[in-house]
Amino acid sequence: MFKATVYVTIKENVLDPQGTAVQGALHTMGFDDVERVRIGKYMEIDLNTTDRAEAESRLKAMCEKLLANTVVEDYRFELTEHVKEGV
Amino acid sequence: MAQQLVKEPTVEQIEEQQLYKQMGVTDEEYAKICGFLGRKPNYTEIGVFSVMWSEHCSYKNTKPILKRFPVDGPQVLMGPGEGAGIVDIGDNQAVVFKIESHNHPSAVEPYQGAATGVGGIIRDIFSMGARPVALLNSLRFGRLESDRVKYLFEHVVSGIAGYGNCIGIPTVGGEVMFDESYEGNPLVNAMCIGLIDHDKIQRGVADGIGNPVFYVGPETGRDGIHGATFASEELTEESEAKRSAVQVGDPFMEKLVMEACIELINSGIVIGIQDMGAAGLTCSSSEMASKAGNGMELHLDRVPQRESGMTAYEMMLSESQERMLFVVEPDKEEQAKAIFARWGLHCINVGNVTDDGRLRLIHHGEEVGNMPVTALVDECPVYNKPSRVPAYYEANAAIDTTRYPEVTDLNDALLRVMGSPTVASKEWVYNQYDYMVRTNTYVPPGSDAAVVGVEGTRKALAMTTDCNGRYVYLDPEVGGKIAVAEAARNVVCSGGKPLAITDNLNFGSPEKPDIFWQLERAADGISEACVKLNAPVIGGNVSLYNENAKGAIYPTPVIGMVGLISDLDHITTQGFKAEGDAVLLLGETKAELGGSEFQYVLHGVTEGRPPAIDLDVEKRLQDALLQAIQSGWVASAHDLAEGGLAAALAESCIAGELGAEIAVETELRSDVALFSESQSRVLISVKASQAAEAVQFFQKQGVPCSPIGTVNGTSLKVTVNGSEKIATAVEQIERTWKDAIPCLMK
Amino acid sequence: MRWAVLVFPGSNCDIDCYKAVEALGEPVDYVWHTADDLSAYDGILVPGGFSYGDYLRCGAIARFTAVMGALVKAAEAGKYVLGICNGFQVLTESGLLPGALLRNNSLKFRCHPADLRVENAATPFTREYEAGEIIDIPIAHGEGNYYCDEATLAELKANNQIVFRYAGSNPNGSIDDIAGICNKAGNVFGMMPHPERAVSELLGSVDGKRMFTSILSAWRESNGAAAR
Repeated sequence: MFKATVYVTIKENVLDPQGTAVQGALHTMGFDDVERVRIGKYMEIDLNTTDRAEAESRLKAMCEKLLANTVVEDYRFELTEHVKEGV
Repeated sequence: MAQQLVKEPTVEQIEEQQLYKQMGVTDEEYAKICGFLGRKPNYTEIGVFSVMWSEHCSYKNTKPILKRFPVDGPQVLMGPGEGAGIVDIGDNQAVVFKIESHNHPSAVEPYQGAATGVGGIIRDIFSMGARPVALLNSLRFGRLESDRVKYLFEHVVSGIAGYGNCIGIPTVGGEVMFDESYEGNPLVNAMCIGLIDHDKIQRGVADGIGNPVFYVGPETGRDGIHGATFASEELTEESEAKRSAVQVGDPFMEKLVMEACIELINSGIVIGIQDMGAAGLTCSSSEMASKAGNGMELHLDRVPQRESGMTAYEMMLSESQERMLFVVEPDKEEQAKAIFARWGLHCINVGNVTDDGRLRLIHHGEEVGNMPVTALVDECPVYNKPSRVPAYYEANAAIDTTRYPEVTDLNDALLRVMGSPTVASKEWVYNQYDYMVRTNTYVPPGSDAAVVGVEGTRKALAMTTDCNGRYVYLDPEVGGKIAVAEAARNVVCSGGKPLAITDNLNFGSPEKPDIFWQLERAADGISEACVKLNAPVIGGNVSLYNENAKGAIYPTPVIGMVGLISDLDHITTQGFKAEGDAVLLLGETKAELGGSEFQYVLHGVTEGRPPAIDLDVEKRLQDALLQAIQSGWVASAHDLAEGGLAAALAESCIAGELGAEIAVETELRSDVALFSESQSRVLISVKASQAAEAVQFFQKQGVPCSPIGTVNGTSLKVTVNGSEKIATAVEQIERTWKDAIPCLMK
Repeated sequence: MRWAVLVFPGSNCDIDCYKAVEALGEPVDYVWHTADDLSAYDGILVPGGFSYGDYLRCGAIARFTAVMGALVKAAEAGKYVLGICNGFQVLTESGLLPGALLRNNSLKFRCHPADLRVENAATPFTREYEAGEIIDIPIAHGEGNYYCDEATLAELKANNQIVFRYAGSNPNGSIDDIAGICNKAGNVFGMMPHPERAVSELLGSVDGKRMFTSILSAWRESNGAAAR
């Protein structure tokens, strides 16, 4: 079993209005040290495979096809292997 | 996964430690429950009783009051008691509508609280078999100054938008008012209107012994447990900690459930259907069994569960959203399953109808609950709470509402009233709502009433929500009458004939005699107005315990009204239509500033008696106005409400993008004449050539009618007894009016 | 001319699109997302709404339905494809149109009448408008902020693919005030505003009607009057 953690973020050069708004809010709350806020998505995916290379290629395909819109979003993921819990 | 770590209290512990009290069950009620069961209840059973016997489900404190409402009329096809009331609109068609509150959940988690409030009221409508066609909402918040109020306002509005927009039902109107009385205890009342053919009307009955009972919708989770009892308690600091009691809405799921249920109902195979709203599975199962005089057996292992290790107690009390319960005959099971499958949903057989009159719960092969259905639904004790005339009411009798020195700069006064958030444009709110989807919205938000066309006919529905809590506070009976009268006036101004009302009684704690007095008097006022204006009460909702640290909110019985516009040509709006048109004022203006927006904004008080109302005068006005509108010579019509004549003139100018030259002759002080909120008044405009005839028409009908000026230019100019009091560019008034809320929300 | 209105779970302007076409007196069908053949249709409307709840991203899940495979084929065959609001989002997600729709810069859903300037009146969708004409078509969206990179924008301009721009204030922050674009071939068009909501005086505007009559007349012309 692999557990994948997928991060989808808005591309550097694309405006992130949510991030900008949160940044403004943090500033008004006195967190002046905040220089930049970018908001993205976090996903957890459990994969039923033991082959790391296969898991990576499957995940890449998922991200390209559905999880991220590569016109405006970037993605990255982390894979950790874990043993299935007994039922 | 986490197993249940805490063992449920035993029968003995519930009794010895009086655990039932935490669920809002009193000692006497506990004793009664033991009597009905012939033994002591277990934890699941006491939980089921506690929600069924909460005010929210049983109306135990308000039943004697609700009985006073007129509920009959030739137009009424179904009155209170079912999910929603139904009124005939001819041609085998009917309109279904109801209003419901989600005040407490919204105070704690405004986005989800408001969103699930909308979701719940929509389910009430489609579970009657109707196609929901419009949503309205009535909102109250504290002064739009503190960060907390702004936060609540912003997220309530976006929660309503998030749900209504996604499900594709237009949010076409409503009202928003701001007053410190609602600080910390906002009101979020949502109303849904649906259309149905007479032969498709459904009832929530579990008929036919042995018939299977189906569950459809998302899995049951631990959300919203004790929501019904939560709604029946005062808000305290601890409410924040009860966050788990707030449910999360999924409008996409509801859209699927709605389409599938409407398809199921249209297939003609449904025997009974009801949504799982407050008190979830408990309330829907026992009410459906009760209405058929039957019992029901539920196999809780079959209930779809989102979390592992859920107990019977948790499943029965969960308020997970977007779930429905329905009954079909055994041989129709496959047909029902196929309909849901098309929408990607599964319906699951969770039990069957029995003949023993008991609600029996089976979990892990054991019977974990066995209660008489009638005890749950009908036998909750009814309380006649003591009531007392409040001291503030007595004290207000002596207050002269014109005791403040005359305000002389009426240009400034007008801008201040128009810029007050209660009167100001609500564009900031309704531009977040998709008010156009389904392309039947003929009068969008912002006019007296919204108008939604009845597809395929020349008919339309006028709809509005109204209540001025300040009036009701100052005199609950008069305020109650005015709420109904104003709703009806708004409907009439739009060209409709009032059909019926739904009411949402938002009050403080009924344990307090002062509050109970408000409730009684307001109900009396509402009843009298409903009888006089021929608009019976076909359903509604009660929300009590609306209190915060500073005390009770203003009593706010929100009236939701629907009227029938018999031909699209009768649709009338508030904006002036053409240069040169004559402006006429219907009704009489008296020195009545009690509870007015002028009093609140200029003098910072809410005191004295509210404006008086004579329902005979009101009825004459409405009948004459509707007749005039139907005759086709009324160019615009606008009800006089908050801000009086001055605000009404400004609003008609803004909506029409035209100015007006107005001359008022009066014996009153100028500020009083222009800002008094005397009732039974309407501002209309007609072609100049028809003005004399119009005046004659109204006078003949016994309705005072004075020509007060002309639609003209780009400014609003008002003289009182010949001297100029207001002269401001409409554009400037419009800026102040439109920018007020966006500026405060920046 | 045979018209199809696609229906995904969560579509909610399907009925409005259907009514707009029906008013032309032309045959129209709702086509469920599971259908895999659109060859019977000459014009295909991808309606607004919240397909699949707009979860993940607007239009992201709808594009993987069976009917979208058929839609790509229809587009390649030169059929007229009009995506409105969520339909526009589905078309960009599926790659039939370039770019993407981001959250409105106000972060709020916005629903109100909007003035559009007709930038290209030579498409099958706009031939009954005048170039430069200002028309009144309402918007209702939370994610209508059109974005594309500079190179794509240059290409859109070079090929005259920008069909509508917001003429008053830009309600969502879209790049270059874009309200609607078509593909290079000109037969696939996506726009955020709702022409199907501007088809009668009672609704406040009739400016949307001409979009549907444009498509019809374009089809008649290219198929000859006999095809009717």
